[in-house]
Amino acid sequence: MDTDIKLLENGKRLDGRKPDELRSIKIEVGVLHRAEGSCYLEWGSNKIIAAVYGPREAIPRHTQNPLRAIVNAKYNMAAFSVDDRKRPGPDRRSREISKVISEALENIILVERYPRASIDVNIEVLDAEAGTRCAGLTAAAVALVDAGIPMKDIPVACAAGKIEDQIVLDLGKEEDNYGSADLPIAISPRTGEILLLQMDGHLTLDEFDKALDLAIKGCYIVSDIQKKAITDKFESKPEGN
Amino acid sequence: MTITPSIKKDFLINLAKNGNREDGRKFDEYRKIEIEPGIISKAEGSARVKIGNTQVISGIKLDIGEPYPDSPDSGVMTTAAELIPLASPDFESGPPREDAIELARVVDRGIRESKAIDLDKLCIEPGEKVWIIFIDIHIIDYDGNLFDAASLASLAALMTTTVPSERFDLGENYPLPLKEPPISCTSVKFNDIVVMDPSLDEELIAEARLTVATDNNGDIRAMQKGLNGSFNKEEIKKVIKASIDNGKKIQEQLYKCVGK
Repeated sequence: MDTDIKLLENGKRLDGRKPDELRSIKIEVGVLHRAEGSCYLEWGSNKIIAAVYGPREAIPRHTQNPLRAIVNAKYNMAAFSVDDRKRPGPDRRSREISKVISEALENIILVERYPRASIDVNIEVLDAEAGTRCAGLTAAAVALVDAGIPMKDIPVACAAGKIEDQIVLDLGKEEDNYGSADLPIAISPRTGEILLLQMDGHLTLDEFDKALDLAIKGCYIVSDIQKKAITDKFESKPEGN
Repeated sequence: MTITPSIKKDFLINLAKNGNREDGRKFDEYRKIEIEPGIISKAEGSARVKIGNTQVISGIKLDIGEPYPDSPDSGVMTTAAELIPLASPDFESGPPREDAIELARVVDRGIRESKAIDLDKLCIEPGEKVWIIFIDIHIIDYDGNLFDAASLASLAALMTTTVPSERFDLGENYPLPLKEPPISCTSVKFNDIVVMDPSLDEELIAEARLTVATDNNGDIRAMQKGLNGSFNKEEIKKVIKASIDNGKKIQEQLYKCVGK
């Protein structure tokens, strides 16, 4: 591996971003015909579609909870979304990501309203370039709003990390591969509660504090983009034409 | 799973008796087709195709591997389709089932048997190393007629594919060697009426299905009949004629969209 790669030069990152700058994000609401709610999201060169089905009867029956709905998020990467073709179907990585995203969403959805039901959230990664779990959760949240699923808030995710001893926002491809730490989080922007947190790499306590603050700051920026996309859709189409 | 078709069946049949379809199309008319090539940056070739509300993405990846022993000088192609749960309330995750396998095989056959990809030009070292082409079809939104959408998306993706020689230190990248590909057109029959480019409701009440692939000389290159109903000779001739006409139009659009 080429570890000499310079990730930071004169305060600029490989793709020309400043340390606290996000990649560009584009969100479209309601892109699919069959799904109850859907969202297309571009985050840098990540391209993701999320779709929501339900609430509907949870199948198989033994997965039903008599007191509340289960949230079933499925993160899946298209075979053509990465440099070396990925074998189709779930692997250990995507199962883990599905689990942590399901748990984060379960916290925010009013699941007790739908006993025995399942709310199915499908996240398809069509083009991948670092940070797909954050992008996936962010898209899933918008699709849930589009599906009219009652929630306490619109969750949002963003990562911070460390490259060349500098804490930066939203790692890109090379930064993820050669950087020294990655900290993806998801929050409920209304309360600031943290719904998802993972970390790999090496951070001192100070660095962690800084990275967490930066990631939270990033979440609020993304949250504004989410809300704008949602209001854009529902303002442009008033009821009854 | 779906109850709608049995309720809608009479409605669709009555409409058809007066020469009408639910969305106002003629019997041999396609929904609006949109072809968008080059949408996935990580893929060697890709395309999104929309036929009405149906939406399919096809992505091409190339890798180096061993040739089959019976064709040591030819590249290898494989096709896989995924009916992901994103696309319909009736699709479940898990290994591909019959429907997905038939879909992938029909698309595969249309490309393979027409020799649209010049596999002989994809040999690197005879008997040792050849290019392997992976065609992966992702169904994004299912509103009928996956066969046509999937094969059109795969063709558009192949026509914009670059062989990534540089990544493997094999010289310069070059466009995938392709010959003129045939276009698939699908019709279904219900209650003695034959319609082209079936919508989801039409597909769900269909008794028989016929996919015809034609080239731009108006010759037939592949056919597949599906479902347990039957066609008579006249119907088949009519379907072929309509498939040639529509195939020409679709091919023109395809060439325009991929810039060839």
